[in-house]
Amino acid sequence: MARMKFLCDADRCIECNACVTACKNEHEVPWGINRRRVVTINDGKPGERSISMACMHCTDAPCAAVCPVNCFYTTADAVVLHSKDLCIGCGYCFYACPFGAPQYPKVGNFGSRGKMDKCTYCAGGPEADGSKEEYEKYGANRLAEGKLPLCAEMCSTKSLLAGDGEIIAQIYKERVMKRGYGSGAWGWKTAYRETIES
Amino acid sequence: MASFGRFIRLAFGAWALLLLVTAVPASAQQVNPTASAVKEQQLLQELNRIQGRVSIPDQRSGVLEQPQGREWREFRNVTLRWIGGIAILGMIAAIVIFYLTVGMVRLEAGRSGRTIVRFNGFERFVHWMTASCFIVLAISGLNITFGRPLLLPLIGFEAFSEWSQWAKFAHNYLSFPFTIGVVLIFLMWIGGNIPSKVDIEWAKRGGGLIGHDHPPAYRFNGGQKMIYWIVVIGGGLVAASGYALMFPFYGTGIEGMQMAQIVHSIVAVLFVAAMIGHIYIGTIGMEGAFEAMGSGEVDVNWAREHHSLWLDEQKARTGPNDGQPQPATAAAE
Repeated sequence: MARMKFLCDADRCIECNACVTACKNEHEVPWGINRRRVVTINDGKPGERSISMACMHCTDAPCAAVCPVNCFYTTADAVVLHSKDLCIGCGYCFYACPFGAPQYPKVGNFGSRGKMDKCTYCAGGPEADGSKEEYEKYGANRLAEGKLPLCAEMCSTKSLLAGDGEIIAQIYKERVMKRGYGSGAWGWKTAYRETIES
Repeated sequence: MASFGRFIRLAFGAWALLLLVTAVPASAQQVNPTASAVKEQQLLQELNRIQGRVSIPDQRSGVLEQPQGREWREFRNVTLRWIGGIAILGMIAAIVIFYLTVGMVRLEAGRSGRTIVRFNGFERFVHWMTASCFIVLAISGLNITFGRPLLLPLIGFEAFSEWSQWAKFAHNYLSFPFTIGVVLIFLMWIGGNIPSKVDIEWAKRGGGLIGHDHPPAYRFNGGQKMIYWIVVIGGGLVAASGYALMFPFYGTGIEGMQMAQIVHSIVAVLFVAAMIGHIYIGTIGMEGAFEAMGSGEVDVNWAREHHSLWLDEQKARTGPNDGQPQPATAAAE
């Protein structure tokens, strides 16, 4: 099985936010929640870079480790998913996540946290693949249809790569070799404890 | 003059052009688009977090990366469980050993049959409101830390999640009456809980726990004052840190919430350990003690043995009518 990863080539990202929009639309993510966002560092200064970031589907995921009700699970493709039926909205995964991926809809008393929502790598949830229940809770399950996450699929500069870790690392390496520079695979060291030498 | 000006201008232009022609190829060879590019590792080493600008409304999502969640995870999954386990199991073990070796602290003079009011209705109401909230908060809180390894394997995912969901609601809601209780306890008992010289003497004699010693004390002895300050300071800390977690991003970011969780959980497990000791001494640990918070009236002999100076004060205030336990005790002795 593949080990699915995201890789954002920061030297290509033009901060068009198409990935953010695609994600929101594909999964009908509710207002106030963003499973993916584009962060611009050193905005307006020399060396400015933009990075598209969502859940990185970490190796030995911190969210899964700290969850008090153990609602996370890792698929055969190493995608980190969770069950909204089990989630109690305590916020612990959010404290542990290095990438700020978990989001909580403000529901109920004093706008307290509802069931956590995060990037599913377009792989849905524990419900039957492609079912109505799955779509309502987690959004589309593109992976079950043999498609990759939509954010990466429709990236206009092919900055955001999704797929098997080894393949996208290879693509990135070739790019760096050809153009002679690269600012690295952002977040990889934190998420996967490895990086791409370039 | 005009031609000279034109000459100057021409010469200047030619010089500028020369400069440009010689400079451009030199700099073109050195172009490196990443020379000044931000580096992930460098940014992480500087601040331990990477932050930037986002164009979506949620400005908090501008924090790109903050790996310190790893240390927090280590605390939450390992350190806290050790601290909590040692504090709570240690306290229970100490009580069991104490109970088996020393046993209940008896009323040495027996009961006089005469009682004196120790806590009025309002004081008892506040005590029990705070206490009942505390028990629910403690159980639902310990469930977050110890439930996954201890309870989840026994009852399964669905049942444990359902119970934890309700426990979370209870934890959030009951925090309000608990906080009010802590504030009222602080205000209504502060008068009797200022540490004094009597407490030093009391502490030197081990609170009279061992043997048949009864060091003098006013309304609250050294141990009770300790419980008072644990409740006031510990309660204040858990309330403040708890509300920081309950209302995310009102004044704190992620690091703030990680810190708040660390303070909240450490204080809470020590608080639970201290309250187990408090519950023990108030029930099976000491004869005649529970009545103080039960009916509100204690036996005069109990007051004489454990709060002699307070009893003297009460007798002086109420006059001879209530101050007659003297012969009764004499008879008992």
